[in-house]
Amino acid sequence: MAQAAPSPARFAPWDDPDAKAIIQFQNVTKRFGEFTAIDDLTLNIYEHEFFALLGPSGCGKTTLMRMLAGFEAPTEGKILLDGQDIAAVPPNKRAVNMMFQSYALFPHLSVYDNIAFGLKRSDMPKDQIDARVTQMLALVQLEKFAKRKPHQISGGQKQRVALARSLAKAPKLLLLDEPLGALDKKLRQDTQFELMDIQEQTGTTFVIVTHDQEEAMTVASRVAVMDHGRIIQVASPDQIYEEPNSVYVADFIGDVNIVKGPVTPTGENKYDITWADGQEPIHTTCTRDITAGTTVSFAIRPEKMTITTEKPTDRPNTIQGKVLDIGYLGNISTYHVQLPSGEIIKAQATNTRRIHRRSITWEDTVWLSFTDTAGVVLTD
Amino acid sequence: MRRASLISVPYLWLVALFLVPFLIVLKISLSDTALAIPPYAPTLDLNQGWAGVRAWLDGLDMENFVFLTEDNLYWKAYLSSLKIALFSTLLTLLVGYPIAYGMARAPDEWRPTLMMLVILPFWTSFLIRVYSWKAILSQEGFLNQFLLWLGVINDPLTILNTNIAVYIGIVYTYLPFMVLPIYAALEKLDASLLEAAEDLGCSRTSAFWLVTIPLSKQGIVAGSFLVFIPAMGEFVIPALLGGSKTLMIGKVLWEEFFSNRDWPVASAVAVILLLLLIVPIILFQRNQEKQREADQ
Repeated sequence: MAQAAPSPARFAPWDDPDAKAIIQFQNVTKRFGEFTAIDDLTLNIYEHEFFALLGPSGCGKTTLMRMLAGFEAPTEGKILLDGQDIAAVPPNKRAVNMMFQSYALFPHLSVYDNIAFGLKRSDMPKDQIDARVTQMLALVQLEKFAKRKPHQISGGQKQRVALARSLAKAPKLLLLDEPLGALDKKLRQDTQFELMDIQEQTGTTFVIVTHDQEEAMTVASRVAVMDHGRIIQVASPDQIYEEPNSVYVADFIGDVNIVKGPVTPTGENKYDITWADGQEPIHTTCTRDITAGTTVSFAIRPEKMTITTEKPTDRPNTIQGKVLDIGYLGNISTYHVQLPSGEIIKAQATNTRRIHRRSITWEDTVWLSFTDTAGVVLTD
Repeated sequence: MRRASLISVPYLWLVALFLVPFLIVLKISLSDTALAIPPYAPTLDLNQGWAGVRAWLDGLDMENFVFLTEDNLYWKAYLSSLKIALFSTLLTLLVGYPIAYGMARAPDEWRPTLMMLVILPFWTSFLIRVYSWKAILSQEGFLNQFLLWLGVINDPLTILNTNIAVYIGIVYTYLPFMVLPIYAALEKLDASLLEAAEDLGCSRTSAFWLVTIPLSKQGIVAGSFLVFIPAMGEFVIPALLGGSKTLMIGKVLWEEFFSNRDWPVASAVAVILLLLLIVPIILFQRNQEKQREADQ
């Protein structure tokens, strides 16, 4: 999880009521004909943030970004940049730059001229342009490739040229549209950390669009999960993961077990969920007040479950089942455990022992256990 | 072996239909006129054996080429052709580029139709199409009647039998050769490049000059050569639409050949024209190669 500020205080301007947002979406709606791409959206993004827009394709995240860049205008509502409505400002007059998904490097210009392109359109003197381009080339470690044309460099290098070009004009806001989509996994992971370093060095506010939740979790200070033109939840990556506000978010981010059933209060902040015939109710805690009898969803991450061959005595929740499938991922394994009632619950365990010494195998009867704070109660 | 036989087909084609006829023309250009059939001398008489070949070779000289430099009609005609070809290439580019641009920007479902419309004129004979321009451009033609009816002019304009009519004819005839290569280049242009240019501070206009034009350069070059090369030697259009003052080398060649029946001088004119055109043809080939490299 990126922590943009090195200060001991947590970087969280969104929790500070006095902080001024650099970008404000105020009840923004965007329609294309009959289709509503963005539906009455209100959102603040703060300076120095690394903000991720996450969602499946068609959820409106790209439209949101294109409105920031100036390629689309909102149908209703206002977008403020530094307190000023930018609806009437064309893309070439905005202090916003974008890194395109396809990189959109100019094929007829060298790496150097690509990076200098935006600077030459500004009123910067020539010698300063040269200094700035050299600085940008150093930032992305491409000094040796300045004279090459885009088709003479690799995909990872193109990505860095595109980044350098979009940062060259020192924009207030940098938009990144699926910036790492075209890279292979290993390079993508390395580049994610590079991006975070560059964001820290330059202090620019970054808004990244991605459909890769792992990427969003890694780089962002806050993540907005979107669906059908609405923001479902905006929170830091750990909050999104540990405290999703809805079944949609819980399900979209990472792996999760979700069961449903009516709730019975058993004490202060304590509830029981009756979820399947012949199973003990789930004992859990929840800080919200829930009326008895409400049907709720209970979400629990597979890694929050412990899988054992003996019934543990110290856990409030235990479930017995049979191992149906084992997904071996090297460092961890995911066990699909079938309960007598037919449901399948996933549990994850770290492979601390080598595989031939693993104590649990297919068809074994096992016990799944978890504490009363391991899961989340969702009422939507 | 298979590769050699495959390559040999186009080479045989070129040898039979280009090299051999060219050598014949070259030979005639080195001969003298004669009142005979064919109307030049010497002709090769193989019956006399080796002596015949020697007599034939002795009869060849550069006289006609020297003559071309003496009479200023010829170099004036070459120059005038060059001027007309250059100017009409420029005009075709100015008309063709917006058409190609519009086609490339049109919705996907429209493009095949637009492409069809560009190619459609080829379904009618070139000669008939040029001839029908006479009906449009003449003093009583459709254009003048239309302008008189609109009240834009009081007296009919003289367009036919002037250089203007030749320009109209060339632009009209060769427009598809300009539109198609430019369209091919513009169609490949990634729209996000223009957005990137705007994002980096370009206005729409400067994005056009800094991105669209450079990236369609090879289409522009290819189209220009495809218009310039045939326009340089054009005969039908100046003959039908141009006046007596329109001087083009194609017309001079025709007159030498048919009116004067001076085959040797006509051949010399043709040989020089070919040599002049080799330069743009080589440049055109280079451009095509560059494009092929860029596409890879």
